Amino acid sequence: MADLAVHSPDTGVAGHDAHATSTGLSNNKMAMWLFLGSECLLFGGLISTYMLYRGRHTADLGPDQVYDIPFTSVSSFVLLMSSLTMVLAVSSAVRNDDRRTNLWIAVTALLGATFVGGQVYEFTSFYDEGLGFTTSLFSSSFYTLTGFHGVHVSLGIIMLMALVGINKRGRIPGKKAEVVELVGLYWHFVDIVWIVIFTLVYLIPS
Amino acid sequence: MSTATTGHTDNTDHTDNTDHSGHGNESGHAEHKSDLWYIGVALILAALTALETSTYWIDFGPLFMPALLIMMTVKFLMVVSLFMHLKFDNKIFSYLFYSGLLLAIGVYVAALATFRFFGSG
Repeated sequence: MADLAVHSPDTGVAGHDAHATSTGLSNNKMAMWLFLGSECLLFGGLISTYMLYRGRHTADLGPDQVYDIPFTSVSSFVLLMSSLTMVLAVSSAVRNDDRRTNLWIAVTALLGATFVGGQVYEFTSFYDEGLGFTTSLFSSSFYTLTGFHGVHVSLGIIMLMALVGINKRGRIPGKKAEVVELVGLYWHFVDIVWIVIFTLVYLIPS
Repeated sequence: MSTATTGHTDNTDHTDNTDHSGHGNESGHAEHKSDLWYIGVALILAALTALETSTYWIDFGPLFMPALLIMMTVKFLMVVSLFMHLKFDNKIFSYLFYSGLLLAIGVYVAALATFRFFGSG
């Protein structure tokens, strides 16, 4: 009985240290990595579908006719640099430098918004050229793939702006650096997905 | 009683592991480099992007496709390993992410092969 009495407060210990887990690792971080691993399957499916259908287009509205590589290269560069500002935000959060953390997060969101703005411009110009969502299998798979990525970037921007707002109010739950890092992991993921899309969709001709 | 004692010992061990690792390198808190180091990595990534884009204007001949795929892979791994700290973090995170990635690659390469993507048909 005495053993049981000593044994039972274990749950209290776990409750006392919110970060104590059976693995010794942050559950939130593990969940985020698991989520990102599953996201690979989502984008893998979309990229594969595009690869299958990229040759299925009308004679005058194919990838070689509509893509604006110099413009997309600049967009890619902007998104790549947003990964730098994000990692600088995480680095500042680790140093407990709130001002720089918020600054770098805001810059990351701004660069992300620039990328999404570029994508909206690209979609609009494609549509003006006659490439609608249902024009061909190529256009459907292209808009679905890049559109899904754009939605992910947009969600990332909302997360970043929310993070700045919560951080300014000092209401980030748990370890601040870890929360910033988790949002950063998501942001870097949308960047690596674009690295793949930029090469496979834009640079490699059909 | 003996069962209770064994259970108690086990739990104590787990708690000890958690406590030690919770404050060590195994806790999932990756080593963070200096800002200059990250800027250096970003410069390499920018240079690789410029090189990738140059393939649009410069004819790389038979090296075109392998060069693009290699540069894409290098950029991907650099961001995952260095910006996402997977290289410095606990190996479990690497297993979680790369298992998803490899599963995706395996499934979709098989699917594309089924559609005779790599064939002449």
